[in-house]
Amino acid sequence: MTAIMTSTDVHLAYGAKEALHGFDLSFKQHEISALIGPSGCGKSTYLRCLNRMNDLLPDVTITGTFKLGAQDIYAAKVDVVTLRQRVGMVFQQPNPFPFSVYENVAFGLNVVGHYAKADLDQRVETSLKQAAVWDEVKDHLTENARTFSGGQQQRICLARVLAAQPEVILLDEPTSALDPISSAKIEQTLLTLKANYSIIIVTHNLQQAARISDQTAFFLNGQLVENTPTQQIFIKPQQKTTSDYLNGKFG
Amino acid sequence: MDRMKQNLHQASKASYQDYFGKSISLFCASLVGMLVVAILYFVMTRGLATFTQNHISLRSFLLGQTWNPTQIGANGQPEVGALPMIVTSLAVTLLAALLATPFAVGVALFVTEIAPRRGGQLLQPMIELLVGIPSVVYGFIGLSALVPLMRHLFGGTGFGILTGTLVLFVMVLPTITSLASDSLRAVPLDYHSAALALGATRWQMLYKVVLRAALPGILTAVIFGMARAFGEALAVQMVIGNAVLMPKGWLTPTSTLTSQLTTGIGNTTLGTLPNNVLWSLALILLVMSLFFNSLVRFIGRRGRMQK
Repeated sequence: MTAIMTSTDVHLAYGAKEALHGFDLSFKQHEISALIGPSGCGKSTYLRCLNRMNDLLPDVTITGTFKLGAQDIYAAKVDVVTLRQRVGMVFQQPNPFPFSVYENVAFGLNVVGHYAKADLDQRVETSLKQAAVWDEVKDHLTENARTFSGGQQQRICLARVLAAQPEVILLDEPTSALDPISSAKIEQTLLTLKANYSIIIVTHNLQQAARISDQTAFFLNGQLVENTPTQQIFIKPQQKTTSDYLNGKFG
Repeated sequence: MDRMKQNLHQASKASYQDYFGKSISLFCASLVGMLVVAILYFVMTRGLATFTQNHISLRSFLLGQTWNPTQIGANGQPEVGALPMIVTSLAVTLLAALLATPFAVGVALFVTEIAPRRGGQLLQPMIELLVGIPSVVYGFIGLSALVPLMRHLFGGTGFGILTGTLVLFVMVLPTITSLASDSLRAVPLDYHSAALALGATRWQMLYKVVLRAALPGILTAVIFGMARAFGEALAVQMVIGNAVLMPKGWLTPTSTLTSQLTTGIGNTTLGTLPNNVLWSLALILLVMSLFFNSLVRFIGRRGRMQK
């Protein structure tokens, strides 16, 4: 399978303090890749490089190359807005806008351009179905999205990303604020989405990585320790530190 | 063993202090409550005397256009039509709010979103300074700078609704700006990153998400600004012309409820009709401010439900 996103020689510094210390990492198309590691290891920071969300922070220097397909996403002429439409992101805390469910999901589309009402309706419905939340919200589309439960809100956020039809979906610990049942629903959803999207997920939950991912990358102190197919890493990790982490010796 | 003998019914020092603190705050709260009730009672009884003792009909008071409380008019009653003042008050308030709101929201966006550092350091203190300037200063500047300018530009006396509106515009601008900034700042950063991550431009983020999420707060800010404009007396009195006449254009001398109150209150005797009608004007002001307040509460409650 071909790589959808590749990054080489990644360095990132907040001011003078370097947080990512130079590594290569790439992600395959139509796979779920998990990024694991203890808090502060740089996995979320790395994830935010992939749709250039770090650009919003002051004093961040990023070097190395990041590519979406064959295109350098940090090249001078790249339109960040287009990039973020192709590389969508779901955050740790569910963050729907305080508008109706419908408006939330239609937001990404309205940003890009004008759609006929019928097209919008169709896309909103499809996205909510893909995010496995349609049955719960279909009779409440005009209600404020923030009145739903955390798990529902997170799936509405996922639908909002899906509506824009990105190629890659980045998820930054999407289930850490949710209960186990809601988490399981999100995991199920991700597994079905894999057929059409490439998914990169940061998670603190090792079981979650084991359950859903095809490839697992282990980060420690701003370094990539190893990037191994998930089936192998949990049984026979290549590095001793990985094994220690997976066995709960630290972190 | 000592502890076992301790009587549980005996009040401890801590619970005594608790009781003491509670009584003090209850006392303060009831004092404020009594003050409000007293003011309401005072204004009501005086203001209603026009109708109960002097037998002026409410209709001729609210809709009459001639103001001459000391003389008996054609219908055998003193002429106390307050409509010109009500119209002028509403006109300057609405116009000032209409003019100030776009500016205020623009400045608030600049201070909170576009240049939070420079804006916070420079513009914020300037705006706060504007709030602190006494209204007589605004009136004085209006009288000595704006009135001649208006006279020069448009002819006439230079006094009137337009000049009043401009002075009030400057006065409500800081109020609306700082309240609107507060409500913009209260929009969670989550919404910003969510919008940007969906491929929105900065302007789309501000316009479609931030401003919209802050809308109840911004409306509240505008209403507070209007309440201030409606109640402002001194500055308006200095530039409005103080003739109780229906405004016939942008620059004909007229009067607001407040300016007529401050002009007239020293020249009337307590208990007489000319004095009582002034209290009736005050009653209108009170009712309007209650209306503004309940509007703010209503919007606030709806805004909370949204979040």
